[in-house]
Amino acid sequence: MKAPAKQLSDRIAVGALGLSVVVIVAILLVIIGNIAIHGARTVTWEFITQPPRDGLMAGGIFPAIVGTAALVILMSVAAVPLGVATAIYLHEYTPAEGYSLAWRRFRLSKGRAGRKRLFFRAMSALLANVTRSAVANLAGVPSIVFGLFGLGFFIQFIGRAIDRATQPPGEVVWGQGSLLWAAMTLALLTLPTVIVATEEALRTIPQDLREASLALGATQWETIRRVVLPGALPGILTGAILGISRGAGEVAPILFTGAAYYLPFLPHRVTDQFMHLGYHVLILSTQSPDVEATKPLLYGTVFVLLALTFLLNLTGVILRARTHSRR
Amino acid sequence: MTGAFSGAGWVAIVFIFLIFLFTFKETAPVLDWHTMKAFFLARPPIWQPTSDIPKLSMIPIILGTLKATVVGLLFACPVGVAAALFSSEFAHPKLREVIKPVIELLAGIPSVVMGFFALIILATWLQDAFGFVYRLNAINAGLALGFALVPIVYTISEDGLAAVPRSYREASYALGASRLQTATKVVLPAAAPAVFASFVLAFGRAIGETMILLMAGGNAAITSMSLLDPLRTLSATIAAEMGEVVVGGEHYGALFFMGTLLFVITFISNTLGQWVIQSMKGRMQGAAS
Repeated sequence: MKAPAKQLSDRIAVGALGLSVVVIVAILLVIIGNIAIHGARTVTWEFITQPPRDGLMAGGIFPAIVGTAALVILMSVAAVPLGVATAIYLHEYTPAEGYSLAWRRFRLSKGRAGRKRLFFRAMSALLANVTRSAVANLAGVPSIVFGLFGLGFFIQFIGRAIDRATQPPGEVVWGQGSLLWAAMTLALLTLPTVIVATEEALRTIPQDLREASLALGATQWETIRRVVLPGALPGILTGAILGISRGAGEVAPILFTGAAYYLPFLPHRVTDQFMHLGYHVLILSTQSPDVEATKPLLYGTVFVLLALTFLLNLTGVILRARTHSRR
Repeated sequence: MTGAFSGAGWVAIVFIFLIFLFTFKETAPVLDWHTMKAFFLARPPIWQPTSDIPKLSMIPIILGTLKATVVGLLFACPVGVAAALFSSEFAHPKLREVIKPVIELLAGIPSVVMGFFALIILATWLQDAFGFVYRLNAINAGLALGFALVPIVYTISEDGLAAVPRSYREASYALGASRLQTATKVVLPAAAPAVFASFVLAFGRAIGETMILLMAGGNAAITSMSLLDPLRTLSATIAAEMGEVVVGGEHYGALFFMGTLLFVITFISNTLGQWVIQSMKGRMQGAAS
């Protein structure tokens, strides 16, 4: 059905609403444009492949690029399998009818056979509910609190315990900020993004396919591995990439879990500290002795960081658009 | 196999619990009446944790957090909702396909980059335009924070608006209402819970946002109601001081207390936001069938 004809006052009001979209687009263009124009000038081959010199006043950002890449890879190795497994559990192994219905069925089944099974089904649905809300809350925890947690749990608690068990007294190897602990902290932060996106991807696989596979005698795990996962793979990949791109840009969680101001060497072990593009941006913009002089370096670093996250983001968005259009 | 997967499911539960446990564990030593009095009731309210007589009043920092959050929300809420309403009710589908990636790109800007933008570029522009005494102030930091909040408000509000059944709109048109009347008097009220949830979730994000405020807030813990003064937030204080603090001391406990405060506030606002969205979804599905 078509709406009645537009009035002039309507047009003005709609124009005002549309203006907000223009404002948003303008903000994005100004930020990206500014960084691209100023940053592109600095980004040369030398800038990307040389370490910083003269107390961060000159040179390039090679160690920060390597540090960021190492961090992102370690983080992905931890977050993606765990996130995908959690999503598979939530979507494939818990009752589809939800907790309230499952619980009602159990209550109405008094005195009938299979009551125990219905109870377990209800409990499993309850656990899924709790997991979902835990994931949603994990997504909302401020990134600086993840940093505190990384310091308190991974470094002070786990790291110190490993040191006590494996190192001579007084020696600190694991109980300090490092690539590993920073990556674990970030993995926790990206986990919700991966879980939510993977569950979304699993939801797009029609129930008929699962039932057909089970009817042919496949077990549930075989169904998941041979039928569900291949179909959901592009969606899962998208979610993983979007999660990773979020993690790649986060600085607050790594402030006290391993990022270093300046290191003369590249990280070799997971217990080494590392330089990081985002942390480098923070250092250059807040602790530079001469902000005007280091501005080109700063712009260049921001440019590289933004290019990295946008490239990841764009890959994710394109991948998603393509899988959607194929259906 | 079921065991392995449900084990993965437990990880999220265990870690959300551990996060609370470990931030709370470090906070517990300062949770007594005497320290709370120093945190909240000290006169004059000053945050100087490293002076000879440490002054640990949270008041200037909480005030700074609220100022930045309010400015951020005052920008992001109207802009985000207006854009969501426009794209769900008025935009051509092709235009809508453009708006979505733009919002996603904006959401994809790392907060350290947004902080850099506010500190190096936006602050200068605003000072030149309005003649602010302090380059870094609540307006500048709050505005940059608002840029980061717009995608949250937009995405959640738009989801809510899209979930309003077609029949609502058709009924409104049949009664002779225009598209604008339908959008503002039928669809928007029907989606009000989602819009409210988007504000709540944006608030949660604003309270905890660190890098933008650390870089663009000016880092001055002063008790001032003026939006033109520099400020310092809970998150920025943790970020700036955690690296140099004596582990186990009162200052250390105070920083963890701030972390616990952030955790609790965001936990409540997230739970509330999620709950509102879920209950609205249930109702809309009921109405559509």
